[in-house]
Amino acid sequence: MSVILVFILVVAGFSFWWLLQHRVLSKPWLEHGVHAALPETDISNMPTAKIGLGIFLAVIGALFALFASAYFMRMEYSDWQAPPLPRILWINTGVLILASIALHCAVRAVRERRMGMTRLALVTGGFATLVFLTGQLTAWRDLSAGGHFLDSNPANGFFYLITGAHGLHILGGLVALGRTTAKTWDETLPTERLRLSVELCAAYWHFLLLIWLGLFVLLAGWAGDLVALCRQLLT
Amino acid sequence: MVPAFILVLVVLGSILFHILSPWWWPPIASNWSYIDHTLVITFWITGAVFSAVVLFMAYCVYRFRHRPGSKAAYEPESKKLEWWLTIGTAVGVAAMLAPGLYVWAQFVTVPDDATEIEVVAQQWQWNYRLPGEDGRLGKSDSQLISFENPLGINPDDPNGQDDIVIEASDLHLPVDKPVKVLLRSIDVLHDFYVPEFRAKMDMVPGMVTYFWFTPTKTGTYEVLCAELCGVGHSYMRGAVLVDTEEDYQAWLQEQSTFAELTDLRNVAEEVKP
Amino acid sequence: MVDATPRMHEGISPAEVPELELYHPKGWWTTYVFSQDAKIIAIQYAGTAMAIGLVALVLSWLMRLQLGFPGTFDFITPDAYYQFITMHGMIMVIYLLTALFLGGFGNYLIPLMVGARDMVFPYVNMLSYWIYLLAVIVLVASFFAPGGPTGAGWTLYPPQAILSGTPGGQDWGIILMLASLILFIIGFTMGGLNYVVTVIQGRTRGMTLMRMPLTVWGIFTATVMALLAFPALFVACVMMLFDRLLGTSFFMPALVEMGEQLSYGGGSPILFQHLFWFFGHPEVYIVALPAFGIVSDLISTHARKNIFGYRMMVWAIVVIGALSFIVWAHHMYVSGMHPWFGFFFATTTLIIAIPTAIKVYNWVLTLWRGDIHLTIPMLFALAFIVTFVNGGLTGLFLGNVVVDVPLSDTMFVVAHFHMVMGVAPILVIFGAIYHWYPKITGRMLDEWMGQFHFWVTFVGAYAIFFPMHYVGLVGVPRRYVEIGESAFIPPSVQDLNAFITVAALIVGFAQMVFLFNLFWSLRYGREAGGNPWRATSLEWQTPTTPPPHGNWGDERPVVYRWAYDYSVPGAPQDFIPQNDPWPQKAVAGTA
Repeated sequence: MSVILVFILVVAGFSFWWLLQHRVLSKPWLEHGVHAALPETDISNMPTAKIGLGIFLAVIGALFALFASAYFMRMEYSDWQAPPLPRILWINTGVLILASIALHCAVRAVRERRMGMTRLALVTGGFATLVFLTGQLTAWRDLSAGGHFLDSNPANGFFYLITGAHGLHILGGLVALGRTTAKTWDETLPTERLRLSVELCAAYWHFLLLIWLGLFVLLAGWAGDLVALCRQLLT
Repeated sequence: MVPAFILVLVVLGSILFHILSPWWWPPIASNWSYIDHTLVITFWITGAVFSAVVLFMAYCVYRFRHRPGSKAAYEPESKKLEWWLTIGTAVGVAAMLAPGLYVWAQFVTVPDDATEIEVVAQQWQWNYRLPGEDGRLGKSDSQLISFENPLGINPDDPNGQDDIVIEASDLHLPVDKPVKVLLRSIDVLHDFYVPEFRAKMDMVPGMVTYFWFTPTKTGTYEVLCAELCGVGHSYMRGAVLVDTEEDYQAWLQEQSTFAELTDLRNVAEEVKP
Repeated sequence: MVDATPRMHEGISPAEVPELELYHPKGWWTTYVFSQDAKIIAIQYAGTAMAIGLVALVLSWLMRLQLGFPGTFDFITPDAYYQFITMHGMIMVIYLLTALFLGGFGNYLIPLMVGARDMVFPYVNMLSYWIYLLAVIVLVASFFAPGGPTGAGWTLYPPQAILSGTPGGQDWGIILMLASLILFIIGFTMGGLNYVVTVIQGRTRGMTLMRMPLTVWGIFTATVMALLAFPALFVACVMMLFDRLLGTSFFMPALVEMGEQLSYGGGSPILFQHLFWFFGHPEVYIVALPAFGIVSDLISTHARKNIFGYRMMVWAIVVIGALSFIVWAHHMYVSGMHPWFGFFFATTTLIIAIPTAIKVYNWVLTLWRGDIHLTIPMLFALAFIVTFVNGGLTGLFLGNVVVDVPLSDTMFVVAHFHMVMGVAPILVIFGAIYHWYPKITGRMLDEWMGQFHFWVTFVGAYAIFFPMHYVGLVGVPRRYVEIGESAFIPPSVQDLNAFITVAALIVGFAQMVFLFNLFWSLRYGREAGGNPWRATSLEWQTPTTPPPHGNWGDERPVVYRWAYDYSVPGAPQDFIPQNDPWPQKAVAGTA
């Protein structure tokens, strides 16, 4: 359960920092009167939707941290046999990075109000993501063609389960991305609104890329080596 | 008035119930009287805290109940009081935790002279295996389980040949000899639970778990399953008999080893067709 | 999601935006059924939770009938008994308590108490309820599926949960159970995002964090915990569903069932237990923290005194929330995990007792030198303290690893958790309903029915669960269809069981009086007015009662003080509402 505990620790650290920023050590019963009664409002300037997305991403982070924890706990058993890493995962990773870059460009473009560029970047991002998903499916086919089925052993099960869960989250993101792309044709929509949508999509993509990189390290078996190395350094 | 009175009654009733109750744990028959002592310490501390809190509440409800014209005091906090209460609680908690951890350290440290025995659970019966004359249990694997080999003992392991197999029958143990109970399940979770021994542990398929104890009183004790294992859970009973050394040896002579059982069954197989 | 958010103004915080762009309903359906008003959603959540809770109540009667009078009722077979206990536990913990505290009270109280017009993502909030309803329907469907609902115990431990020795294991029962849980978690996450972000972003002017009522603190912290803990249950459910349907072996070792080798191999049942309790222990506090918060407000309001040690109360809630993530394995002392974990988890578990004890002290110290009105909500709050202290203290037995060894998996455990997270939070729910019913409906609940309901419920529930500890001390294991013949169990234990059953039936029927009261008072209750309890927090200061969609009329309130200004020396009344600028005059244009 080490991965999820580290994750919880990070979230808790952030929460405590946030609470301290909001003066949880103050004595509220002493703050009467108009002057103290109308403190500068302590609501953040960040759009509410962004905060909502941030918290949602924390939940997704917890989900994958738990998958990783389960993976590590099971990996310690002596009969662990990880399936070979399909080569195509390297290409998929590259494509997903490309998608993230494209969405980053979209954010910059929409900030500069270049609609054509925004549209192009969004479509490129979406297309690259579709390629990624197809690539993931190909990886599954390669594995099962090599006789590594879902139910062959727990390591295989984890591979399909974790990549599948990640893929489903990407798929959900694609729905939002599709709606955002459609909005770029809506001339009546205020740019702020579109900008927010694009920024939310980009944040989601960057986060899922980060998760994918973590999962890739995990599934490639490097995480185990890393842990072993740390243990060696500690002892 | 009435609510305060009933709060007092709740405390008095609870204490009286505790004192007069005929329902208490069965007399101990193992070395774990420390566990009982820790439990009794906990009872005293928690009982005192419960009575104090509820009686204080009852007093407040009586003394500070609303009357026309009465007004509450204004007191946002009292750092000093809160600190004292925190420290007091911490001391009380430590008074329970320290003996608890001390006894737990004993619970998980198996003495070197403990004899290993094995309990193998399945839906819904208890099987046992004792090491034979060599004092060692042979290897086992649930994939080897079959009608002929219900415990999955590895026939290629010489240590296993003289193991004594007790299938769905009573276990006997010699009194005053520490035993390390190895626990195995071939299907679902079970829990080997003899109330008089106080110790218990889950059995998990695919794993060997353990606990240890020394039986201190001869007699017959009931074995129950304490982890939900399907519809037969409440009917999964067995018996452990703690014998004097002579009785134990006499019983041991009547048991068959794995090798003998295999031979018997092979003969039966040959006769059948 | 984006469409439903309030209009963004660059550089201006949402609290400064005068009018939120609400989705205003156009017809009956969008007003009362597919409503995006948090208050309607709250009532929908609460209604559904109480309806399914009634099912769980009836199940508890059936299982008590079996335990009290074994062999008398032919239709309660062992299969049926295990199905009853499983569904009773699951419904009560997840579908009643979690949904009612967070979905019900969270939705109703958070926006009102922080001075918001609604939740920040009303559309997502509406979806949250409908997915919850779907989860409940799937759960209920399992009663009618072939083989009936699952009987694996609410912990659903594999391997038995998906094997044929357990009711529903090889039928639809377990599949529907897992599917329902997965749906519940998805729905809850949608609602939970709302509750958290509303507290972060929806607070009105002047409502700093430390001016929020403890109810909001409790629900807020519990929701944050739930958002991080429910994924563990989600992962466990998905993996078990894979094991059951696709033949993977995440939790399934090689095993022999009824003399037959199954095709599973290599899985770890303990892994499931870790995942389950990583959710399961925070879940205890997910239910407890809102109760802590609500009870603080009830005591303070009805004792006409500020809650004693408000800061300590806030910190305790946050610390308990954080600590509850590192105590989960105290449910697994005898599970066969590495025994050295026992030292760590026993220590963390007993440490968590300290902030919890501080909360109890502060509640009773609030009573000290108060002006105690023994209203029905106050009575329930007092009863909560009694049962919670009782159940919390028996937790010190079970948390202290070596004391747990003889007691684990006995009726002592059942008595403990019913006292601490069954009876205690439900008493708070009742207290809260008597307290806020006037705000929700504009009428008071009937006092006499309330008195009857309270005394029977409190004394009865105590009479059920206090003696039950002693059944466990004798050594009777939990989840036994019947005790049967046992040399070490005196026959008088059966008499005690019969007594408990009778008490349970009486307490159960008292709840019918409560339900009747809910409907009767809707029509015939005394008119309450806007603030019948003379309380300070914002929800009592709405311009109209019940508050309409948007809550605050033309302008949101401005907050001048914390939520606990009761009996302030020199004040004209014994309470000063949060939006009252006393002793200064209102600043023009803000009040």
